[in-house]
Amino acid sequence: MRPETEAELAEVIAGRETPLWIRGGGCGGVLPEGAEILETSGLAGIRLYEPGALTLVAGAGTPLSEIEGVLAVEGQRLAFEPSDLRAVLGLSGEPTLGGVAAMNVSGPRRIQAGACRDFMLGVRYVDGLGTIVKNGGRVMKNVTGYDLVKLMAGAHGTLGVMTEVSMKVLPMPEAQGCVMIDGLSPEVAVQAMSAALGSPFDVTGAAHLPEGVDGAQVTMVRVEGFGAQVEYRTGKLREMLARFGDVRVEVDADKVAAGWAYVRDLTGLCGVDGDLWRISVKPSDGPTVLAALGARKAQMDWGGGLVWAVVAEGTDVRGRIGTDGHATLVRGGGQPRFHPESPVNARLASGLRAKFDPKGIFNPGLMGA
Amino acid sequence: MEMPAPNPAIMAKKAELVRRLSEVLPSDAVIHDEAETRAYECDALTAYRCPPLAAVLPASTAEVSDVLRICHEMGVPVVPRGSGTSLAGGALPTADSVILGVARMNAVLETDYDNRFIRVQTGRTNLSVTGAVEADGFFYAPDPSSQLACAIAGNIAMNSGGAHCLKYGVTTNNLMGVTMVLMDGTVTEIGGAHLDAAGLDLLGVICGSEGQLGVVTEATLRILAKPEGALPVLMGFDTNEGAGACVSDIIKAGVLPVAIEFMDRPCIEACEAFAKAGYPMCEALLIIEVEGSPEEIQHQLGLIKEIAAAHNPVDYREAADADEAYRIWLGRKSAFGAMGQINDYMCLDGTIPVSALPHVLRRIGELSKHYGLGVANVFHAGDGNMHPLILYNANQPGQLELCEAFGADILRLCVEVGGCLTGEHGVGIEKRDLMVDQFAPADLEAQMAVKDVFDPAWLLNPAKVFPLASSEGRRAVKIAAE
Repeated sequence: MRPETEAELAEVIAGRETPLWIRGGGCGGVLPEGAEILETSGLAGIRLYEPGALTLVAGAGTPLSEIEGVLAVEGQRLAFEPSDLRAVLGLSGEPTLGGVAAMNVSGPRRIQAGACRDFMLGVRYVDGLGTIVKNGGRVMKNVTGYDLVKLMAGAHGTLGVMTEVSMKVLPMPEAQGCVMIDGLSPEVAVQAMSAALGSPFDVTGAAHLPEGVDGAQVTMVRVEGFGAQVEYRTGKLREMLARFGDVRVEVDADKVAAGWAYVRDLTGLCGVDGDLWRISVKPSDGPTVLAALGARKAQMDWGGGLVWAVVAEGTDVRGRIGTDGHATLVRGGGQPRFHPESPVNARLASGLRAKFDPKGIFNPGLMGA
Repeated sequence: MEMPAPNPAIMAKKAELVRRLSEVLPSDAVIHDEAETRAYECDALTAYRCPPLAAVLPASTAEVSDVLRICHEMGVPVVPRGSGTSLAGGALPTADSVILGVARMNAVLETDYDNRFIRVQTGRTNLSVTGAVEADGFFYAPDPSSQLACAIAGNIAMNSGGAHCLKYGVTTNNLMGVTMVLMDGTVTEIGGAHLDAAGLDLLGVICGSEGQLGVVTEATLRILAKPEGALPVLMGFDTNEGAGACVSDIIKAGVLPVAIEFMDRPCIEACEAFAKAGYPMCEALLIIEVEGSPEEIQHQLGLIKEIAAAHNPVDYREAADADEAYRIWLGRKSAFGAMGQINDYMCLDGTIPVSALPHVLRRIGELSKHYGLGVANVFHAGDGNMHPLILYNANQPGQLELCEAFGADILRLCVEVGGCLTGEHGVGIEKRDLMVDQFAPADLEAQMAVKDVFDPAWLLNPAKVFPLASSEGRRAVKIAAE
């Protein structure tokens, strides 16, 4: 089914007793066979855009490409840099704002700018009984009542179907530059990235690819800003990181953008068979986790704190990542997709799901028990 | 503001409650003498006062757990308190409640520069978190005006912001993990030194829940490397519209200052009389601060100057050095003190879309005439967070009520233009009864359902945030169970 309005969606859900799988653009993962699908693509359209207030409001089914296009005209962007995992997941379809929000999809810039949830100012959604609820709003600072916006971000649709999302947007920088060091081990790479991230130079990306574009190890640090600023900061970082190895600097905007799109979209992991895991850990634990995984191919983003790895089918990586972090099975089956929670947190989460979706109709079993 | 009548059945159990609390806490951590409990009768919303049944000062997560378990078993409401700096009455007790103060839990538990976090007990003050890391070149970004006194526990409860959040975000954007005690005494850990905690974003809903979901005893906070430098620029305009348009154009041009502060004429006059910072006398004044190396700062200031010129500023001053920077900030930072010299005042906290600024200031001016009360506006202009200060005389009967009615009209205006009731102070009791102006019953029901999950008996800070009529049924469950 494909409702065209929020009211129609609410009516459908109010009368619904059996499970529904919510589908934005269909690029978040494979839906179960025979599942009844609720398409959100009818709830589309940009409803408000005020560049001077850094605010955009759009229907949840609005294609991300449409939003990014409109923002680009005003020299603005979604600063959390949502990744596009269609290639690595082998899916087609058009990513939507609601899908990105529901999965809290955030790219390399998350370490500096924040995650998708940090840019979500407000939502409208329909809960599991068909009630229309709004929370947050369209202003940047808002502590009026509980922050259900954060709760909806990353709930993967299990608490409600988002119909409208308000976003904070940011100016696109004039220039970007990338400082690269070749041949570092993961341990030394994390030390170099920590040094860069602990500098005053506002690093907006720090990644290590054990096999970069040309097959060799590369560690990448990004800065963005005005042209003179990028020149100054890449120069400072070059000096600062010289003790780790030979440092190269790239300031060609297209090349820098292509390099970070490669990291963001896991281009290097495409075409590698096996289960794909997303592992969030304390950055200094990244190399240990990487070594313990026995991955076919892997990369570290977020200064070491985000490990993406393709491992042999059926491998349970969760016993190998220590206690400060969590692992999500992004591609593959036979295991729960999400990391088991502590008993108390699991009880709270299932209590929330029971309140928001008492009939248990939204993406049943996707999160939690 | 009305508070629910104390439950006599709970009041009658005071002796037993004090005895049980004294079994799990040292004697100096249980305050029950009527003279001594007065120290906890209010927070920074001093117009409302009520001594609690007792106050406790636990020193560890285990002690907090013991206190909450006992209160839960006995059906006694608990009001958590950081440093008591809430302007919204978030820590106002009822006569049948226990104040749980976190002031004794102020240790730094771990600092980790490689991973850029600090873990603290939440009684630690905001400024002393930065104090613990600044010698090593780091800082904790959220900077509420009360940062010298306010506790991290309260910052988390209210999702506190500050002048610099345009660039660095508010508490929720800088909070990575918590240790939290639920009302029944259960202790849980959420998040940690990694980003984006697993599962549903519990951390996101706990932050800003005004102490109604649990008591956070330890927090993992993101720390950042200090910028190389920062300098403010001051500019004056002869209309509010001009100042507002200048802000919008600066943001559109891609300059992202760390702070953009706005003051209107009444505020400028009061600050000038008090602090003598040498401010120009004009309709609207902006203070804009940028960060970076000296060259980067000059480059950004150059862009700002060019944009501002198009809006005909009547004055434009760049700070050449730290002393001039200090003088530019002096008036703004003493704004509240300056107002306090003239009069009693009530500080509001609504947020509006930046584009609505001229309209809202005009309407506030009209309302000021209607109510016969003066008002001065200080305003985080980059993010639309307004702080109208309404002047009144607390000793004159009826003035507080008049002031509150004026304030309510301003906040309704904020909602009407697409904004909200509170940008950083929280709802507490102050804006509780206005929640129906911003939210439909179903919106409030969804929020209260979250509290049902974390605190089914509605014992944690129960008379806040939600209009008493909306939460009555839930609070009644507890009373009926007595």
